[in-house]
Amino acid sequence: MSQNNALLEYVLRLGDNTLILGQRLSEWCGHGPVLEEDIALTNHALDYLGQATLMMQYASKVQDEGKDEDQIAFLRDAPEYKNILLVELPNGDYAHTVARQFLFSAWYSLVLENISSSSDEFLASFAVKSLKEVKYHLQHSSDWVLRLGDGTEESHRRMQDAIDKIWPYTGEMFTMDSIDQLMFDQKIGPNFISLKAVWLDHVKAILEEAGLTMPPDAWSHSGGKQGRHTEHLGFILSDMQFLQRAYPGAKW
Amino acid sequence: MSNKDWPLWEIFIRSKQGLNHKHVGSLHATDAKMAIANARDVYTRRAEGISIWVVKSEDITASSPDDKDILYDPANDKVYRHPTFYDIPPEIGHM
Repeated sequence: MSQNNALLEYVLRLGDNTLILGQRLSEWCGHGPVLEEDIALTNHALDYLGQATLMMQYASKVQDEGKDEDQIAFLRDAPEYKNILLVELPNGDYAHTVARQFLFSAWYSLVLENISSSSDEFLASFAVKSLKEVKYHLQHSSDWVLRLGDGTEESHRRMQDAIDKIWPYTGEMFTMDSIDQLMFDQKIGPNFISLKAVWLDHVKAILEEAGLTMPPDAWSHSGGKQGRHTEHLGFILSDMQFLQRAYPGAKW
Repeated sequence: MSNKDWPLWEIFIRSKQGLNHKHVGSLHATDAKMAIANARDVYTRRAEGISIWVVKSEDITASSPDDKDILYDPANDKVYRHPTFYDIPPEIGHM
């Protein structure tokens, strides 16, 4: 694969994580359990959509085919999205959303820390800015894991259920394929495998404090980075792309 | 969610150039830590400030509006309480 194609894939992987997660979090708008959390989650969503915008703009530049960030964000077909499977999982109850956010942010903050010193200038400055947002997401979701895990019998049960259900999707965050390896060799991105130990330390500490059981490491789903997605992505895209496809070229 | 578990908190924000915290509104939270996080999400999204104080609404005691006359009117005609009768020499500058 050419250098340019590899970089484009890499940018789409990172960008699609934020695009799809931003879309998922937006689904909470107006449906939050309390007003303050409704605002908190939609703030998170805006953070991610902002990051997605920057990444899609960069993808447009790298791709150099005259497509703008909106066309890249909204007009691809499901196999062309390269997000990890974790972010396309349904919101479920609040425990599921919190668990997904916690497990993702704990990983994404490590990725951004590494990319802050990337040899790719754009990615480095993107990472420095985005890290501040994601550190807050991690703080917020960690706090809620503690509150729900160490809460009532019902909240504990729901939080444990959420952790158990989402855990088989965390393995994908620590995979390396040839594109990841190429980027790592060029000091553009991290060795994802090496992030696991640090991630595990932090996750374990919070789960323990919350009185939750860490699921055993077993087989993990993967394929998102290569464009093989769960059923969920199709439904997300049909919501997300409806307007752009029904009214091509529409402007506000 | 009952009001007992999610009491009301008054939120005070100090802006970047400000010297004092201003009251900006209120929100519900279960404890002070969550109140700060909620205040950050609700009251600083438009760069309103860089410092947050949270106080449980029940800890604030306010004067009664009915006492307005007797508490504040007597100060209106005591001009000698204002330090404006002294000629400040120009060398002193602004006081």
